[in-house]
Amino acid sequence: MQNETATGAAITFDKVGKSFPKKGGGSVTVLEDISLSVEPGTITGIIGRSGAGKSTLLRMVNGLEQPTAGQVLVGGRDVGAAKGGDLRAIRREVGMIFQHFNLLSSRTVYDNVALPLEVAGLPARDIKPRVGDLIARVGLQDLANRYPAELSGGQKQRVGIARALASQPKVLLTDEATSALDPETTQTVLELLGDINRDLGLTILLITHEMAVVRDIASHVAVIDGGKIVEDGTTYDIFTAPRHATTQSFLSSVTGVTLPRFIARQMTPDRPEGPAREVIRITFLGDNATDPLLAQMGTDLGVQVNILAGAVEEIGPRPFGNLLISVDVDRALQARSYLEHHDQRTEVLGYVG
Amino acid sequence: MSANLINLLMEATWQTLYMVALSTLVGALGGLPIGVFLACSQRGELLSAPIINKVLGIVVNATRSVPFIILVVAIIPFTRLVAGTSIGTTAAIVPLSIAAIPFIARLVENAIREVDSGLIEAARSMGATPFQIIRKVLIPEALPGITLGLTLAVVSLIGYSAMVGAVGGEGLGDLGIRYGYQRFMPDVMAIVVIILIVLVQLVQTIGEWIARRVDKRAPSNRGA
Repeated sequence: MQNETATGAAITFDKVGKSFPKKGGGSVTVLEDISLSVEPGTITGIIGRSGAGKSTLLRMVNGLEQPTAGQVLVGGRDVGAAKGGDLRAIRREVGMIFQHFNLLSSRTVYDNVALPLEVAGLPARDIKPRVGDLIARVGLQDLANRYPAELSGGQKQRVGIARALASQPKVLLTDEATSALDPETTQTVLELLGDINRDLGLTILLITHEMAVVRDIASHVAVIDGGKIVEDGTTYDIFTAPRHATTQSFLSSVTGVTLPRFIARQMTPDRPEGPAREVIRITFLGDNATDPLLAQMGTDLGVQVNILAGAVEEIGPRPFGNLLISVDVDRALQARSYLEHHDQRTEVLGYVG
Repeated sequence: MSANLINLLMEATWQTLYMVALSTLVGALGGLPIGVFLACSQRGELLSAPIINKVLGIVVNATRSVPFIILVVAIIPFTRLVAGTSIGTTAAIVPLSIAAIPFIARLVENAIREVDSGLIEAARSMGATPFQIIRKVLIPEALPGITLGLTLAVVSLIGYSAMVGAVGGEGLGDLGIRYGYQRFMPDVMAIVVIILIVLVQLVQTIGEWIARRVDKRAPSNRGA
């Protein structure tokens, strides 16, 4: 309880590490010095490549994995130190959904959702109305008596979500919950998770390797690479100003803002002799993201702008744009100060002769 | 065929069914918990107890290594202790059960190991106790496999039951040997074999039907 008042966080990772003993001596370190607080009621995404250790990190929150260094606190309680009944009590406050749903094939939708309540020892007469409500919340009223084998992937994940909510948890762990689904179904499942977060004030910690998932529902994001958190912050800040190379590479896959390869090949970091063009990244922030600023600049300065790549993204309600342009080297400084003056961020990427 | 012979055949069929049914029951009662424990007590599993697991595994293997006919005579003192006699059909149920328990235990173990480990993880994340996971997840999910395993066990026990004539157990096998072989009545032998074939077919068909009924993994099985 002491820790809860100290941090107020729903989940706290405090210098968490995990290593496994290796065959023939030594050990393999999977996670190192992870510190992160997840605030109550937020949706936090942990993004990383497969094998980055994110799955292990998530499983420490409900004690499916034990840290070998540091502490994981849920509602102020040390999960790693909890045993037996105490650990099971924490687990009932932490729901979890899985990439492959992990529904019992031998139970109907209704009975799958009822399982956590049976496990918690609720009498049958109290289980029935609760399960009915949960199934209605995820929109599966008509399928309550079907078996998982008769459902689509999206429907199975809805059952998984209803089941995870059954014990009225404060925290929901989401393990690549949409990775096995097609893009359209992914959207509807993410919308459902967003609704649940809003309606129930549930804290959601999700891991994914898809930046699009983070963009669509997470308010905060931590990027994990090689067992360490390399960057974390609000999703908006990370998307608009990624610092670490791993973050940038994840972002390029979702925003599509990478230089065309023939330009990237020609580009030099220093200004070459003779006539050349400067390659600039512009990040449009906030409401200006949709303004026709480049056209305006062309008129105002008489500068010819060559657009190389770009996209306008939306994070929550806030739009932002990313644009790669090239302008004549001699006019570049003027163009950049014009853009900075209009509250846009610019970054010189290089030069093309 | 004389009425006398028909009576003998009917009685022998009944005795076989009696021995097989009771030894299957005892075998399942003993084999189910042992099989569950074998599956769950490996290192890192639900009830991790690697040493007990190894020892139990050796005992199970040893029992299964002994040819049934040797087992029957080797445990005569134990049979006398349990059944009060070492001779006769009821006494024969003791060695049949002793053979059935480790056999069924291995079959149950295999069926339980087939259950997707993700389901165990899901149940653990709900705060389920190991016992709840066994009762509510592992056994129901392994039921199609367990059913097929029990079917196999019943078929094997029908075969084993033919050997208990050695200790005065009766039944179809004993009838076939005493009349068909020792009294040179090949027709009796043929009828005994036919009855056994029909019996095994019946058991296999019923077993597979039940296994299909309890298996909800394929949608086509519910006609939905």
